Amino acid sequence: MNGRLTADDVTLAYGDRVVSADLTVDVPDRAFTAVVGANACGKSTLLRSFARLLAPAAGRVRFDGRDVRDYRPKAIAREIGFLPQGLVAPENIAVRQLVARGRYPHQTLLSTWSREDERAVAAAMKAAGVTELAERTVESLSGGQRQRVWVAMVLAQETSYLLLDEPTTFLDITHQYQLLTLLARLRDEGRTIIAVLHDINQACRFADHLIAMRDGRVVAAGAPADIVDTALIKEVFDLSCVIVPDPVTGTPMIVPDAGAE
Amino acid sequence: MSALVLRAGRLSALVERRTAVASLALVAAALLLAFAALCRGDSWDPPGEVLAALAGQGDAALIVQEWRLPRVTAALVFGAALGAAGAVFQNVTRNALGSPDVIGLDAGAYTGVLIAITVFGGTAAGLAAGSLTGGLAAAAVVYVLSLRSGLSGLRLIVIGIAVNAMMTAVNNWIVLRAQLDVAIAATGWSAGSLNGLDWAEVRVPFLIIAALGLLLAALSRTMGQAALGDEVAATSGVALKRYRLLVIITGVGLTATVTSATGPIVFVALAAPQIGRRLAGAAGTPALPAALTGALLLLAADLAAQTVLAPVQLPVGVVTTVIGGAYLTWLLTMEMRKP
Repeated sequence: MNGRLTADDVTLAYGDRVVSADLTVDVPDRAFTAVVGANACGKSTLLRSFARLLAPAAGRVRFDGRDVRDYRPKAIAREIGFLPQGLVAPENIAVRQLVARGRYPHQTLLSTWSREDERAVAAAMKAAGVTELAERTVESLSGGQRQRVWVAMVLAQETSYLLLDEPTTFLDITHQYQLLTLLARLRDEGRTIIAVLHDINQACRFADHLIAMRDGRVVAAGAPADIVDTALIKEVFDLSCVIVPDPVTGTPMIVPDAGAE
Repeated sequence: MSALVLRAGRLSALVERRTAVASLALVAAALLLAFAALCRGDSWDPPGEVLAALAGQGDAALIVQEWRLPRVTAALVFGAALGAAGAVFQNVTRNALGSPDVIGLDAGAYTGVLIAITVFGGTAAGLAAGSLTGGLAAAAVVYVLSLRSGLSGLRLIVIGIAVNAMMTAVNNWIVLRAQLDVAIAATGWSAGSLNGLDWAEVRVPFLIIAALGLLLAALSRTMGQAALGDEVAATSGVALKRYRLLVIITGVGLTATVTSATGPIVFVALAAPQIGRRLAGAAGTPALPAALTGALLLLAADLAAQTVLAPVQLPVGVVTTVIGGAYLTWLLTMEMRKP
């Protein structure tokens, strides 16, 4: 496969607590990759190492063959964007101001609002559906609107790689599907999406490539239709289930059989 | 549009209209108040005479230019420096209480000043160096003690308040142990005072503050980016470690430079950033409105210090301590109520 972003034999740890040892992950370019697994399986940790937030204790995370930590911060920030969980906006910041912060890696000391910045911010707000909210302060918005504003911010960064850590968590179901559809559209436009997703059925429906993790290791990786079966779900989630084709898309749909008796 | 786009060649910037208007209003208010302060002697002089004196004419020229002008300029510059330093630390700690005067940096800088006076005799450069060393040492102590809980959070503030108390005790002890003449000089200073400053004493501090001010202006956009949280800041291209080191040294430098010239002046660094950002309708806690508000606050406080008990001149630090104590109590109450 050999995508541009790879983790080669990495050991990921917080202090002495090793989350993943000797993990090798390859992410396909210009595809939508979903990382799934039970809580604390190491999926967010893997994403954080891709985003340069966690230095591997051993091994390397590489982008275009070069260690991501060897790039200048702004240079790599123009290639890889990351949306973490649990963000808090500065007080009294307007939506357009927050989205404009995504332009930071493209700006210099003396050029902080170029035509290109203006275009990118407008396009990002439009794509995330927050244009009408531009002058509102972020604290006056609902949770779902706020999440879309943060998505707009990371879109304005205009990176070829977009990493998102459980981006749908605080959204209602309509906005979950809107966001996933938006990510799929960005993939169609040529970006590479890597998202940690909680909902395995949404992952199967939207992702081209699935990375299923348990206890810090990759159990299986590949197209959802190729790898998802009852044995995999049992191994990854400790859940027995039946798998049926999604009536809308035909992708695998997990239906737990717990509570059936 | 509520913002103005400025572009010329490769240069570009977006200026928020509300921030621009508030900043200009603050500058105008500071200049007006500065002129009023120039009129303030043992009694109020007529504005016409003071204007003439500023131009170098009339009997009052010497008094206005050599006595009052340095003090008024010092109030503006030092107030701006304290306000900016407050904004720096409130950003770094992400807390309205995280101001250098609350977390012990002023007191630490003053410890350095006292040591410089008592041990090395106290040249202007010695005072500045002692002040900076003391401020940095206090910052390092607070940082190391709160390392486990990170830079933000109430823990750092509480540790800072404790360090502040200890440093203040150390300062008192040094004054008690010192020679009588040194002790008297140090005590007159311990509340923070602009009394009797002349050009010779403020020249070096002004130069240092100007240099640090330029550095802070260059860092200000990164400061706004860092306010989005460590993760977003790092992944959007901020070199966090380098930024933190630079901005903390800048903040300590501003505080310490003022302290070396005036002694510790509290409250301005605490209140100016919060008042400034509300006036400017700003996002987060930017440095420029904080600096402008700080200049205005310190000048107003110094004018009050000269006027309230006239002909007795109070140290300006007494005035700011009284107001600041009330403000700090209110702020602590609000902070504790937060979920």
